[in-house]
Amino acid sequence: MRFSGFRVLKEGLTGNKGWTPHWRDPDPKPEYDVVIIGGGGHGLSTAYYLAKEHGLTNIAVLEKGYIGGGNVGRNTTIVRANYFLDGNSEFYSHSLKLWEGLEQDLNYNVMHSQRGLINLFHSDGQRDAFARRGNAMINQGDDAVLLDRAGVEKILPYLDFDNGRFPIYGGLYHPRGGTARHDAVAWGYARGADQRGVDLLQNCEVTGIDIEGGVVNGVQTTRGAIRARKVAMVVAGRSSQVAAMAGMRVPVESHVLQAFVTEGLKPVIDHVISFGMGHFYISQSDKGGLVFGGDIDMYASYAARGNLPIVEHVMEAGMTLMPMIGKAKVLRSWGGIMDMTPDGSPVIDKTHIDGLYLNCGWNYGGFKAVPASGNCFAHLIAQDRYHPEATGFQLDRFRTGYGVIDEEGTGAQHNLH
Amino acid sequence: MRLPCPICGERDRREFYYKGAALERPAPDAGEAAWDDYVYLRENPAGDTRELWYHDGGCGAWLVVTRNTLTHAVIGAELASEAKA
Ligand SMILES: Cc1cc2nc3c(=O)[nH]c(=O)nc-3n(C[C@H](O)[C@H](O)[C@H](O)COP(=O)(O)OP(=O)(O)OC[C@H]3O[C@@H](n4cnc5c(N)ncnc54)[C@H](O)[C@@H]3O)c2cc1C
Ligand SMILES: [Zn+2]
Repeated sequence: MRFSGFRVLKEGLTGNKGWTPHWRDPDPKPEYDVVIIGGGGHGLSTAYYLAKEHGLTNIAVLEKGYIGGGNVGRNTTIVRANYFLDGNSEFYSHSLKLWEGLEQDLNYNVMHSQRGLINLFHSDGQRDAFARRGNAMINQGDDAVLLDRAGVEKILPYLDFDNGRFPIYGGLYHPRGGTARHDAVAWGYARGADQRGVDLLQNCEVTGIDIEGGVVNGVQTTRGAIRARKVAMVVAGRSSQVAAMAGMRVPVESHVLQAFVTEGLKPVIDHVISFGMGHFYISQSDKGGLVFGGDIDMYASYAARGNLPIVEHVMEAGMTLMPMIGKAKVLRSWGGIMDMTPDGSPVIDKTHIDGLYLNCGWNYGGFKAVPASGNCFAHLIAQDRYHPEATGFQLDRFRTGYGVIDEEGTGAQHNLH
Repeated sequence: MRLPCPICGERDRREFYYKGAALERPAPDAGEAAWDDYVYLRENPAGDTRELWYHDGGCGAWLVVTRNTLTHAVIGAELASEAKA
């Protein structure tokens, strides 16, 4: 079933009786060419690009819950390409280009909205650092505009510019940055993969990985054993448990990141605003809710909910930046399980086990990566070579010390990112 | 979340700095694999875990806290100087 304006009109006039489910609900086959563990954004996009670009269609995505129930449906949906270091820069640039063609490619409205992202700065030193980052973005072929205070005042007049602690000196404006509808991204990729023959198996938890003589040959699941020539682990916050099934320890700590949404309000915030000094960022969803968040809670957690100190901190930072939001009522808050790595950058790599691949370590920024991650991981799985835009995300960079991608410059160490 | 500091008693999480998994430090010449394991690789358990917290808003002691990562229940804490790895 294809979506089109005509189709929406026709269904609207005929009682919406013609819509069909977005994907099938098949039973597991005994064997696949590729089994993908994890039906989040990254697992689904991997399946989609394997089928679309590499002609592999005998594929299953195994999801222990339901499609979209993990972080892909819990994030604050910011999509941007404002990275600084080699390894990250070209990868996120590749991702943003895929985002820009995604709705046509998937024939699906993911509500990608390039409303522009502004990173605020509050000192001369920070201005220099952002100027440098902006130059790196431009050199990468992406867009960046350094705004002075007047420039920010023009587009974000409601900020507290003369705050005593963090007066606003200006901002780095990334016009092509923005947001997308997170669930729709999962659904769009799921539908696209399904249409190309990929089996999406929900309520199918992987409980073991079968390895013989250093070669993977299948998985054990709650819906029975499934044989596979290649197995890809794409389970974000659960990477340590799944990797342990293959006898591996990975450089990941799982932490909780919280987010918040207010009641629906009239349009007031037209951009994505990032207030790094206060660990606060905000945008307004198309339904009108102000969507905002801050830093991780800073302790290991699988609870998918956080504690009050961060709630308080985020609210205080929001009030510091834009006192006008004080009257908005917070409707909901929630948390997701973040796969944190020592340098804050991800892993897209093979493992030492033949046919077993690993994609993890997305920290708090893996939503924007969904298109490129799947695209590059599919390339690696199908061809056993790194995609040219994703050569740096190697699993052994910590052991060797070579090629660590520490965007924040704080040192490659757990608990610093 | 409150952590039971053996010196100060039960205190708000905000008084503490979180370091991470409490691991046994390898000998300096233990080799690359042992150090890779210690510095970077993690068991990252979903369940009970032992981790280092520093009471910087209190007595300044390093603690080994046993905590459940699925429920956030705090099971106990001892001084790192007295804890066995
Ligand atoms: C509050 C919050 C805000 C965020 N904001 C942003 C943002 O603004 N921009 C951005 O770029 N990123 C953001 N992120 C990060 C982003 O959401 C994640 O990095 C990304 O979604 C992780 O990849 P995924 O979608 O594949 O993960 P998930 O959706 O978590 O997918 C992993 C899947 O694996 C499944 N699984 C686990 N174990 C098994 C098993 N044994 N067998 C079968 N299946 C299994 C899980 O059920 C899950 O569905 C945010 C995250 C959170 C929590
Ligand atoms: Zn104390």
